[in-house]
Amino acid sequence: MNIVIIVIGAIFINNVIFSRFLGICPFLGVSKQVETAAGMGAAVTFVLAMASAITYVVQYAILDPLNLGYLQTIAFILVIATLVQLVEMIIKKASPSLYQALGVYLPLITTNCAVLGIALLNIQYEYNFIETVFHGIGAALGFTLAIVLFAGVRERLETSAVPKALEGFPIALITAGLMSIAFLGFSGMQLG
Amino acid sequence: MLNAILVPVGVIGVFGLVFGIGLAIASKVFEVYVDPRVPEVRAALPGANCGGCGLPGCDALASNIVEGTAAINACPVGGPDCAAAIAAIMGVEAGSSVKQVATVICQGSCENSPNRAEYYGEMDCREAMIASGGTKECRYGCMGLGTCKSVCSFGAISMGEDGLPVVDPEKCTSCGQCIDACPKAIMKLVPATQEVRVECNNHDRGKNARQVCKTACIGCGACVKACRFDAIKVENNCAIIDYDKCRQCYECVDKCPMNCISGDVEYGKTTAYIIEENCIACGLCAKNCPVEAITGEIKKPPYVIDHDMCIGCGICFDKCRKNAIEMRPNKVK
Repeated sequence: MNIVIIVIGAIFINNVIFSRFLGICPFLGVSKQVETAAGMGAAVTFVLAMASAITYVVQYAILDPLNLGYLQTIAFILVIATLVQLVEMIIKKASPSLYQALGVYLPLITTNCAVLGIALLNIQYEYNFIETVFHGIGAALGFTLAIVLFAGVRERLETSAVPKALEGFPIALITAGLMSIAFLGFSGMQLG
Repeated sequence: MLNAILVPVGVIGVFGLVFGIGLAIASKVFEVYVDPRVPEVRAALPGANCGGCGLPGCDALASNIVEGTAAINACPVGGPDCAAAIAAIMGVEAGSSVKQVATVICQGSCENSPNRAEYYGEMDCREAMIASGGTKECRYGCMGLGTCKSVCSFGAISMGEDGLPVVDPEKCTSCGQCIDACPKAIMKLVPATQEVRVECNNHDRGKNARQVCKTACIGCGACVKACRFDAIKVENNCAIIDYDKCRQCYECVDKCPMNCISGDVEYGKTTAYIIEENCIACGLCAKNCPVEAITGEIKKPPYVIDHDMCIGCGICFDKCRKNAIEMRPNKVK
Protein backbone atom coordinates (compact mmCIF):
# COMPACT_ATOMS: atom_id res chain seq x y z
CA MET A 1 0.00 0.00 0.00
CA ASN A 2 2.86 2.31 0.90
CA ILE A 3 4.43 1.75 -2.52
CA VAL A 4 1.20 2.63 -4.33
CA ILE A 5 1.01 5.86 -2.36
CA ILE A 6 4.63 6.69 -3.20
CA VAL A 7 4.11 6.05 -6.92
CA ILE A 8 0.81 7.97 -7.16
CA GLY A 9 2.31 10.77 -5.09
CA ALA A 10 5.39 10.99 -7.31
CA ILE A 11 3.32 11.02 -10.50
CA PHE A 12 0.62 13.52 -9.58
CA ILE A 13 1.13 15.38 -6.33
CA ASN A 14 4.87 15.93 -6.48
CA ASN A 15 5.21 15.79 -10.25
CA VAL A 16 8.88 16.42 -11.03
CA ILE A 17 8.12 19.03 -13.64
CA PHE A 18 4.93 20.72 -12.53
CA SER A 19 5.54 20.94 -8.80
CA ARG A 20 9.26 20.33 -8.29
CA PHE A 21 10.31 22.18 -11.47
CA LEU A 22 13.09 19.72 -12.23
CA GLY A 23 14.12 18.59 -15.73
CA ILE A 24 12.70 21.62 -17.53
CA CYS A 25 15.34 21.49 -20.29
CA PRO A 26 14.21 18.25 -21.98
CA PHE A 27 10.63 19.13 -21.08
CA LEU A 28 10.81 22.19 -23.33
CA GLY A 29 13.31 20.80 -25.81
CA VAL A 30 11.86 17.44 -26.80
CA SER A 31 8.16 18.21 -26.54
CA LYS A 32 7.40 19.14 -30.13
CA GLN A 33 6.09 15.70 -31.09
CA VAL A 34 4.23 13.20 -28.94
CA GLU A 35 6.30 10.34 -30.36
CA THR A 36 9.71 11.72 -29.44
CA ALA A 37 8.34 12.98 -26.14
CA ALA A 38 7.25 9.44 -25.29
CA GLY A 39 10.69 8.16 -26.32
CA MET A 40 12.35 10.71 -24.07
CA GLY A 41 10.02 9.70 -21.25
CA ALA A 42 10.95 6.04 -21.73
CA ALA A 43 14.67 6.88 -21.70
CA VAL A 44 14.31 8.96 -18.54
CA THR A 45 12.25 6.21 -16.91
CA PHE A 46 14.97 3.65 -17.57
CA VAL A 47 17.73 5.96 -16.36
CA LEU A 48 15.82 7.02 -13.26
CA ALA A 49 14.87 3.48 -12.21
CA MET A 50 18.44 2.26 -12.65
CA ALA A 51 19.92 5.39 -11.10
CA SER A 52 17.65 5.12 -8.05
CA ALA A 53 18.65 1.50 -7.46
CA ILE A 54 22.39 2.04 -7.97
CA THR A 55 22.60 5.28 -6.03
CA TYR A 56 20.83 3.54 -3.13
CA VAL A 57 23.52 0.87 -3.11
CA VAL A 58 26.28 3.45 -3.51
CA GLN A 59 24.93 5.53 -0.63
CA TYR A 60 24.27 2.80 1.91
CA ALA A 61 26.95 0.23 0.97
CA ILE A 62 29.88 2.47 0.11
CA LEU A 63 29.52 6.11 1.12
CA ASP A 64 27.86 5.72 4.54
CA PRO A 65 30.22 3.01 5.93
CA LEU A 66 33.21 5.11 4.87
CA ASN A 67 31.66 8.30 6.28
CA LEU A 68 31.82 9.87 2.83
CA GLY A 69 28.25 11.24 2.79
CA TYR A 70 29.57 14.52 1.45
CA LEU A 71 30.61 12.81 -1.79
CA GLN A 72 26.94 12.04 -2.51
CA THR A 73 26.48 14.57 -5.32
CA ILE A 74 29.67 13.79 -7.24
CA ALA A 75 29.24 10.01 -6.87
CA PHE A 76 25.60 10.18 -8.02
CA ILE A 77 26.49 12.31 -11.03
CA LEU A 78 29.10 9.72 -11.98
CA VAL A 79 26.49 6.95 -11.79
CA ILE A 80 23.95 8.94 -13.81
CA ALA A 81 26.46 9.96 -16.49
CA THR A 82 27.49 6.34 -16.95
CA LEU A 83 23.88 5.19 -17.16
CA VAL A 84 23.05 7.82 -19.75
CA GLN A 85 25.98 6.72 -21.88
CA LEU A 86 24.71 3.17 -21.61
CA VAL A 87 21.18 4.18 -22.59
CA GLU A 88 22.55 6.15 -25.51
CA MET A 89 24.41 3.09 -26.79
CA ILE A 90 21.34 0.87 -26.38
CA ILE A 91 19.02 3.31 -28.16
CA LYS A 92 21.53 3.85 -30.96
CA LYS A 93 21.62 0.11 -31.49
CA ALA A 94 17.94 -0.63 -30.97
CA SER A 95 16.25 2.37 -32.60
CA PRO A 96 18.35 4.70 -34.77
CA SER A 97 15.28 6.79 -35.62
CA LEU A 98 14.55 7.48 -31.96
CA TYR A 99 18.26 8.23 -31.49
CA GLN A 100 18.06 10.82 -34.25
CA ALA A 101 14.85 12.31 -32.93
CA LEU A 102 16.15 12.71 -29.38
CA GLY A 103 19.36 14.20 -30.73
CA VAL A 104 21.31 16.34 -28.34
CA TYR A 105 18.74 15.93 -25.57
CA LEU A 106 19.72 12.34 -24.96
CA PRO A 107 23.20 13.10 -23.60
CA LEU A 108 21.56 15.99 -21.79
CA ILE A 109 19.75 13.54 -19.48
CA THR A 110 23.19 13.40 -17.84
CA THR A 111 22.59 16.86 -16.55
CA ASN A 112 18.85 16.36 -16.19
CA CYS A 113 18.34 17.69 -12.68
CA ALA A 114 15.23 15.51 -12.34
CA VAL A 115 17.43 12.40 -12.24
CA LEU A 116 19.90 13.76 -9.72
CA GLY A 117 17.10 15.45 -7.78
CA ILE A 118 15.09 12.25 -7.34
CA ALA A 119 18.22 10.26 -6.43
CA LEU A 120 19.03 12.79 -3.71
CA LEU A 121 15.40 12.95 -2.51
CA ASN A 122 15.34 9.14 -2.15
CA ILE A 123 18.10 9.41 0.41
CA GLN A 124 16.56 12.47 2.09
CA TYR A 125 13.20 10.69 2.56
CA GLU A 126 15.06 7.64 4.00
CA TYR A 127 13.21 5.22 1.74
CA ASN A 128 14.17 1.55 1.75
CA PHE A 129 15.42 -0.11 -1.44
CA ILE A 130 12.01 -1.11 -2.84
CA GLU A 131 10.52 2.28 -2.05
CA THR A 132 13.51 3.99 -3.65
CA VAL A 133 13.12 2.11 -6.91
CA PHE A 134 9.38 2.73 -7.06
CA HIS A 135 9.80 6.38 -6.16
CA GLY A 136 12.26 6.68 -9.07
CA ILE A 137 9.89 4.93 -11.47
CA GLY A 138 6.94 6.99 -10.21
CA ALA A 139 8.81 10.26 -10.68
CA ALA A 140 9.90 9.20 -14.18
CA LEU A 141 6.31 8.26 -15.06
CA GLY A 142 5.28 11.69 -13.82
CA PHE A 143 7.91 13.21 -16.11
CA THR A 144 6.67 11.10 -19.02
CA LEU A 145 3.06 12.05 -18.33
CA ALA A 146 3.95 15.74 -18.20
CA ILE A 147 6.08 15.76 -21.34
CA VAL A 148 3.61 13.69 -23.40
CA LEU A 149 0.64 15.84 -22.34
CA PHE A 150 2.66 18.95 -23.10
CA ALA A 151 3.73 17.61 -26.49
CA GLY A 152 0.09 16.89 -27.31
CA VAL A 153 -0.83 20.47 -26.51
CA ARG A 154 2.12 21.81 -28.51
CA GLU A 155 1.19 19.72 -31.54
CA ARG A 156 -2.19 21.45 -31.47
CA LEU A 157 -0.59 24.84 -30.94
CA GLU A 158 1.33 24.35 -34.19
CA THR A 159 -1.87 24.57 -36.18
CA SER A 160 -3.71 27.17 -34.14
CA ALA A 161 -3.66 30.91 -34.58
CA VAL A 162 -1.20 32.28 -32.05
CA PRO A 163 -0.38 36.00 -31.88
CA LYS A 164 2.91 36.66 -33.70
CA ALA A 165 4.70 37.81 -30.55
CA LEU A 166 3.77 34.64 -28.69
CA GLU A 167 4.64 32.09 -31.38
CA GLY A 168 6.96 29.26 -30.40
CA PHE A 169 8.49 29.27 -26.95
CA PRO A 170 6.45 32.09 -25.35
CA ILE A 171 3.14 30.28 -25.86
CA ALA A 172 4.80 27.01 -24.82
CA LEU A 173 5.94 28.54 -21.54
CA ILE A 174 2.48 29.98 -20.90
CA THR A 175 0.99 26.54 -21.60
CA ALA A 176 3.47 24.93 -19.22
CA GLY A 177 2.52 27.43 -16.54
CA LEU A 178 -1.20 26.70 -16.96
CA MET A 179 -0.54 22.95 -16.83
CA SER A 180 1.47 23.46 -13.66
CA ILE A 181 -1.48 25.30 -12.10
CA ALA A 182 -3.76 22.45 -13.18
CA PHE A 183 -1.48 19.92 -11.50
CA LEU A 184 -1.61 22.03 -8.35
CA GLY A 185 -5.13 20.68 -7.99
CA PHE A 186 -3.70 17.24 -7.14
CA SER A 187 -2.05 18.62 -4.00
CA GLY A 188 -5.44 18.50 -2.36
CA MET A 189 -5.57 14.70 -2.84
CA GLN A 190 -5.71 12.67 0.38
CA LEU A 191 -3.61 9.53 0.22
CA GLY A 192 -3.46 6.76 2.74
CA MET B 1 44.62 13.20 8.24
CA LEU B 2 46.03 11.89 5.01
CA ASN B 3 43.33 9.25 4.98
CA ALA B 4 40.67 11.95 4.88
CA ILE B 5 42.00 12.91 1.47
CA LEU B 6 43.14 9.55 0.12
CA VAL B 7 39.98 7.57 0.91
CA PRO B 8 37.52 9.79 -0.98
CA VAL B 9 39.95 10.18 -3.86
CA GLY B 10 40.38 6.41 -3.98
CA VAL B 11 36.64 5.73 -3.76
CA ILE B 12 35.76 8.12 -6.57
CA GLY B 13 38.72 6.86 -8.58
CA VAL B 14 37.53 3.25 -8.25
CA PHE B 15 34.01 4.38 -9.18
CA GLY B 16 35.31 6.02 -12.32
CA LEU B 17 37.43 3.02 -13.23
CA VAL B 18 34.60 0.49 -12.75
CA PHE B 19 32.12 2.59 -14.73
CA GLY B 20 34.71 3.25 -17.41
CA ILE B 21 35.41 -0.45 -17.89
CA GLY B 22 31.67 -1.15 -17.85
CA LEU B 23 31.09 1.40 -20.61
CA ALA B 24 34.00 0.08 -22.63
CA ILE B 25 32.47 -3.41 -22.55
CA ALA B 26 29.01 -2.02 -23.33
CA SER B 27 30.34 -0.06 -26.30
CA LYS B 28 31.62 -3.33 -27.76
CA VAL B 29 28.37 -5.18 -27.05
CA PHE B 30 26.15 -2.45 -28.50
CA GLU B 31 28.53 -1.48 -31.26
CA VAL B 32 26.86 -0.01 -34.32
CA TYR B 33 28.96 -0.24 -37.46
CA VAL B 34 29.73 3.20 -38.80
CA ASP B 35 31.55 3.44 -42.09
CA PRO B 36 34.90 5.04 -41.19
CA ARG B 37 34.52 7.27 -44.22
CA VAL B 38 31.45 9.00 -42.74
CA PRO B 39 33.35 11.01 -40.10
CA GLU B 40 36.07 11.77 -42.68
CA VAL B 41 33.57 13.11 -45.19
CA ARG B 42 31.85 14.99 -42.40
CA ALA B 43 35.16 16.67 -41.54
CA ALA B 44 35.69 17.68 -45.18
CA LEU B 45 32.28 19.40 -45.35
CA PRO B 46 32.01 23.06 -44.31
CA GLY B 47 29.95 22.16 -41.21
CA ALA B 48 27.62 25.15 -41.45
CA ASN B 49 24.53 22.90 -41.37
CA CYS B 50 22.88 25.34 -43.75
CA GLY B 51 20.72 22.73 -45.48
CA GLY B 52 21.77 24.00 -48.92
CA CYS B 53 22.12 20.42 -50.14
CA GLY B 54 18.50 19.72 -49.22
CA LEU B 55 19.40 17.41 -46.36
CA PRO B 56 19.13 18.22 -42.67
CA GLY B 57 22.68 19.21 -41.87
CA CYS B 58 26.19 18.12 -42.81
CA ASP B 59 25.99 14.86 -40.83
CA ALA B 60 23.09 13.66 -42.96
CA LEU B 61 24.88 14.64 -46.17
CA ALA B 62 28.06 12.86 -45.07
CA SER B 63 26.23 9.59 -44.48
CA ASN B 64 24.29 9.99 -47.74
CA ILE B 65 27.49 10.58 -49.71
CA VAL B 66 29.07 7.45 -48.26
CA GLU B 67 25.90 5.47 -48.94
CA GLY B 68 26.02 6.74 -52.50
CA THR B 69 22.61 8.41 -52.41
CA ALA B 70 24.15 11.88 -52.68
CA ALA B 71 26.71 13.16 -55.16
CA ILE B 72 30.17 14.00 -53.88
CA ASN B 73 29.73 17.54 -55.10
CA ALA B 74 26.29 17.81 -53.48
CA CYS B 75 27.50 20.50 -51.09
CA PRO B 76 26.90 23.79 -52.90
CA VAL B 77 28.71 25.84 -50.25
CA GLY B 78 32.00 23.95 -50.17
CA GLY B 79 32.55 24.26 -53.90
CA PRO B 80 35.18 22.39 -55.93
CA ASP B 81 37.75 22.22 -53.09
CA CYS B 82 35.28 20.46 -50.83
CA ALA B 83 34.20 18.10 -53.63
CA ALA B 84 37.84 17.25 -54.38
CA ALA B 85 38.54 16.49 -50.71
CA ILE B 86 35.50 14.23 -50.53
CA ALA B 87 36.43 12.61 -53.84
CA ALA B 88 39.83 11.75 -52.37
CA ILE B 89 38.17 10.07 -49.38
CA MET B 90 35.67 8.21 -51.53
CA GLY B 91 38.31 7.29 -54.11
CA VAL B 92 36.43 8.66 -57.11
CA GLU B 93 36.98 11.48 -59.54
CA ALA B 94 35.40 14.76 -58.61
CA GLY B 95 32.88 15.76 -61.22
CA SER B 96 33.06 19.30 -62.45
CA SER B 97 31.38 21.29 -59.75
CA VAL B 98 30.83 24.75 -61.10
CA LYS B 99 29.53 27.09 -58.46
CA GLN B 100 25.81 27.68 -58.80
CA VAL B 101 24.44 31.12 -58.20
CA ALA B 102 20.85 32.14 -57.56
CA THR B 103 19.80 34.16 -60.57
CA VAL B 104 16.78 36.32 -61.26
CA ILE B 105 15.21 35.13 -64.49
CA CYS B 106 13.10 38.20 -65.07
CA GLN B 107 13.85 41.54 -66.67
CA GLY B 108 10.44 42.95 -65.85
CA SER B 109 11.58 46.24 -64.37
CA CYS B 110 8.99 48.95 -63.82
CA GLU B 111 9.86 50.28 -67.27
CA ASN B 112 9.52 46.95 -69.11
CA SER B 113 6.49 45.66 -67.27
CA PRO B 114 4.61 48.42 -65.47
CA ASN B 115 2.38 47.91 -62.49
CA ARG B 116 -1.29 47.46 -63.20
CA ALA B 117 -2.38 48.62 -59.75
CA GLU B 118 -1.11 50.31 -56.61
CA TYR B 119 -0.18 48.06 -53.71
CA TYR B 120 -0.34 49.39 -50.18
CA GLY B 121 -0.01 46.15 -48.21
CA GLU B 122 2.82 44.46 -46.42
CA MET B 123 6.06 44.82 -48.39
CA ASP B 124 6.42 41.08 -48.89
CA CYS B 125 6.01 39.32 -52.22
CA ARG B 126 4.21 36.39 -50.60
CA GLU B 127 1.63 38.74 -49.06
CA ALA B 128 1.26 40.68 -52.32
CA MET B 129 0.79 37.39 -54.18
CA ILE B 130 -2.39 36.76 -52.19
CA ALA B 131 -3.82 40.08 -53.43
CA SER B 132 -4.79 38.78 -56.90
CA GLY B 133 -1.27 37.71 -57.83
CA GLY B 134 0.55 40.96 -57.19
CA THR B 135 0.64 44.28 -58.95
CA LYS B 136 2.86 43.53 -61.95
CA GLU B 137 1.31 43.61 -65.37
CA CYS B 138 3.04 40.27 -66.05
CA ARG B 139 1.70 37.63 -63.71
CA TYR B 140 4.94 35.64 -63.94
CA GLY B 141 7.26 38.56 -63.27
CA CYS B 142 9.19 39.87 -60.31
CA MET B 143 7.12 42.10 -58.04
CA GLY B 144 10.27 43.63 -56.60
CA LEU B 145 9.14 43.77 -52.99
CA GLY B 146 12.38 42.16 -51.87
CA THR B 147 11.30 38.98 -50.08
CA CYS B 148 14.35 37.22 -51.56
CA LYS B 149 16.54 39.95 -50.10
CA SER B 150 15.03 39.62 -46.63
CA VAL B 151 15.30 35.81 -46.50
CA CYS B 152 18.95 35.72 -47.69
CA SER B 153 21.07 34.93 -44.65
CA PHE B 154 24.26 35.83 -46.46
CA GLY B 155 23.40 39.38 -47.54
CA ALA B 156 23.95 38.41 -51.16
CA ILE B 157 20.82 40.02 -52.59
CA SER B 158 20.19 43.73 -52.95
CA MET B 159 17.40 45.54 -54.74
CA GLY B 160 18.58 47.26 -57.91
CA GLU B 161 17.45 50.68 -59.11
CA ASP B 162 15.14 49.11 -61.66
CA GLY B 163 13.26 47.36 -58.85
CA LEU B 164 14.68 43.91 -59.58
CA PRO B 165 16.85 41.97 -57.14
CA VAL B 166 20.58 41.81 -57.85
CA VAL B 167 22.56 38.79 -56.63
CA ASP B 168 26.19 39.15 -55.61
CA PRO B 169 27.74 35.93 -57.01
CA GLU B 170 30.61 36.16 -54.52
CA LYS B 171 28.33 36.12 -51.50
CA CYS B 172 25.74 33.67 -52.84
CA THR B 173 26.15 30.18 -51.36
CA SER B 174 23.39 28.65 -53.51
CA CYS B 175 21.56 27.59 -50.36
CA GLY B 176 18.20 27.99 -52.10
CA GLN B 177 16.40 30.07 -49.47
CA CYS B 178 15.43 32.77 -51.94
CA ILE B 179 14.28 30.12 -54.41
CA ASP B 180 11.91 28.68 -51.82
CA ALA B 181 10.68 32.09 -50.73
CA CYS B 182 9.92 33.59 -54.16
CA PRO B 183 6.19 33.11 -54.83
CA LYS B 184 6.74 33.66 -58.58
CA ALA B 185 9.51 31.04 -58.76
CA ILE B 186 11.80 33.33 -60.73
CA MET B 187 14.93 32.61 -58.70
CA LYS B 188 16.85 29.75 -60.29
CA LEU B 189 20.26 28.21 -59.64
CA VAL B 190 22.47 28.85 -62.65
CA PRO B 191 26.19 28.06 -63.08
CA ALA B 192 28.20 31.14 -62.17
CA THR B 193 30.03 31.08 -65.51
CA GLN B 194 26.80 31.09 -67.53
CA GLU B 195 26.37 34.47 -69.22
CA VAL B 196 23.69 33.37 -71.68
CA ARG B 197 20.42 32.91 -69.82
CA VAL B 198 16.77 33.19 -70.78
CA GLU B 199 15.67 35.89 -68.38
CA CYS B 200 11.95 35.42 -68.67
CA ASN B 201 9.45 33.19 -66.98
CA ASN B 202 6.37 34.18 -68.92
CA HIS B 203 4.40 31.15 -70.11
CA ASP B 204 1.65 33.13 -71.85
CA ARG B 205 1.23 32.96 -75.62
CA GLY B 206 3.29 35.38 -77.67
CA LYS B 207 0.73 38.15 -78.09
CA ASN B 208 -0.32 38.14 -74.46
CA ALA B 209 3.28 38.00 -73.26
CA ARG B 210 4.26 40.92 -75.48
CA GLN B 211 1.38 42.98 -74.11
CA VAL B 212 2.49 42.72 -70.49
CA CYS B 213 6.26 43.13 -70.85
CA LYS B 214 8.66 44.65 -73.34
CA THR B 215 11.21 41.89 -72.82
CA ALA B 216 8.96 38.85 -72.48
CA CYS B 217 9.79 35.57 -74.18
CA ILE B 218 7.12 35.13 -76.83
CA GLY B 219 8.12 31.56 -77.61
CA CYS B 220 8.91 32.40 -81.27
CA GLY B 221 11.65 29.78 -81.49
CA ALA B 222 14.22 32.03 -83.19
CA CYS B 223 16.75 31.03 -80.54
CA VAL B 224 16.02 27.33 -81.11
CA LYS B 225 16.81 27.78 -84.81
CA ALA B 226 19.94 29.80 -84.06
CA CYS B 227 21.36 27.20 -81.67
CA ARG B 228 23.68 24.69 -83.31
CA PHE B 229 24.07 22.63 -80.20
CA ASP B 230 20.46 21.70 -79.48
CA ALA B 231 20.85 23.46 -76.15
CA ILE B 232 17.72 25.56 -76.23
CA LYS B 233 14.09 24.60 -76.51
CA VAL B 234 10.73 26.26 -76.08
CA GLU B 235 8.46 24.75 -73.48
CA ASN B 236 5.06 26.23 -72.61
CA ASN B 237 5.80 29.33 -74.69
CA CYS B 238 9.04 30.08 -72.87
CA ALA B 239 12.59 29.25 -73.97
CA ILE B 240 14.78 27.11 -71.71
CA ILE B 241 18.55 26.70 -72.07
CA ASP B 242 20.22 23.43 -71.16
CA TYR B 243 23.35 24.78 -69.47
CA ASP B 244 25.22 21.51 -69.96
CA LYS B 245 24.89 21.80 -73.73
CA CYS B 246 25.17 25.58 -74.11
CA ARG B 247 28.54 26.74 -75.49
CA GLN B 248 27.76 30.41 -74.92
CA CYS B 249 28.25 31.38 -78.56
CA TYR B 250 25.68 34.19 -78.17
CA GLU B 251 23.94 33.22 -81.42
CA CYS B 252 20.58 33.01 -79.65
CA VAL B 253 21.18 36.32 -77.88
CA ASP B 254 21.77 37.89 -81.25
CA LYS B 255 18.61 36.43 -82.79
CA CYS B 256 16.16 36.98 -79.93
CA PRO B 257 13.67 39.64 -81.12
CA MET B 258 12.58 40.46 -77.57
CA ASN B 259 16.06 40.71 -76.01
CA CYS B 260 15.00 38.39 -73.24
CA ILE B 261 18.18 36.30 -73.42
CA SER B 262 20.90 37.84 -71.29
CA GLY B 263 24.51 38.25 -72.36
CA ASP B 264 26.37 41.06 -74.07
CA VAL B 265 26.88 40.05 -77.70
CA GLU B 266 29.29 42.90 -78.34
CA TYR B 267 31.68 42.13 -75.51
CA GLY B 268 30.86 38.54 -74.69
CA LYS B 269 31.25 37.02 -78.13
CA THR B 270 34.64 35.58 -78.99
CA THR B 271 36.35 34.47 -82.20
CA ALA B 272 38.84 31.65 -82.69
CA TYR B 273 42.34 32.46 -83.97
CA ILE B 274 45.00 30.01 -85.12
CA ILE B 275 48.43 30.29 -83.55
CA GLU B 276 50.30 29.30 -86.66
CA GLU B 277 53.56 28.11 -85.12
CA ASN B 278 51.71 25.57 -82.95
CA CYS B 279 49.44 24.19 -85.66
CA ILE B 280 50.36 20.71 -86.91
CA ALA B 281 47.39 20.52 -89.28
CA CYS B 282 45.80 17.48 -87.65
CA GLY B 283 42.37 18.53 -88.84
CA LEU B 284 40.56 17.98 -85.54
CA CYS B 285 39.32 21.56 -85.39
CA ALA B 286 37.93 21.57 -88.91
CA LYS B 287 36.22 18.24 -88.34
CA ASN B 288 34.41 19.48 -85.23
CA CYS B 289 33.55 23.01 -86.30
CA PRO B 290 29.72 23.26 -86.39
CA VAL B 291 29.78 26.07 -88.98
CA GLU B 292 32.63 24.82 -91.16
CA ALA B 293 34.57 28.00 -90.66
CA ILE B 294 37.94 26.21 -90.57
CA THR B 295 39.60 25.06 -93.75
CA GLY B 296 42.97 23.53 -94.52
CA GLU B 297 44.73 20.42 -95.71
CA ILE B 298 45.90 17.64 -93.45
CA LYS B 299 49.61 17.80 -92.61
CA LYS B 300 49.93 21.16 -94.37
CA PRO B 301 49.85 23.77 -91.65
CA PRO B 302 48.52 26.17 -90.92
CA TYR B 303 44.75 25.80 -91.02
CA VAL B 304 42.75 28.94 -91.70
CA ILE B 305 39.74 30.20 -89.81
CA ASP B 306 37.16 32.36 -91.54
CA HIS B 307 36.58 34.88 -88.77
CA ASP B 308 33.30 36.08 -90.26
CA MET B 309 31.82 32.61 -90.14
CA CYS B 310 33.19 31.71 -86.71
CA ILE B 311 30.49 31.88 -84.02
CA GLY B 312 32.94 31.60 -81.13
CA CYS B 313 31.60 28.40 -79.67
CA GLY B 314 35.08 27.29 -78.59
CA ILE B 315 34.74 23.66 -79.69
CA CYS B 316 37.94 23.88 -81.77
CA PHE B 317 39.72 25.40 -78.78
CA ASP B 318 38.62 22.43 -76.63
CA LYS B 319 39.54 19.87 -79.31
CA CYS B 320 43.00 21.25 -80.20
CA ARG B 321 45.70 19.30 -78.41
CA LYS B 322 48.58 21.58 -79.38
CA ASN B 323 47.30 24.90 -77.97
CA ALA B 324 47.20 26.19 -81.52
CA ILE B 325 43.86 27.96 -81.15
CA GLU B 326 43.00 30.84 -78.90
CA MET B 327 39.67 32.48 -78.26
CA ARG B 328 39.85 36.25 -78.42
CA PRO B 329 36.97 38.47 -77.32
CA ASN B 330 35.66 40.54 -80.23
CA LYS B 331 35.70 43.68 -78.17
CA VAL B 332 37.39 44.49 -74.90
CA LYS B 333 36.00 47.00 -72.46
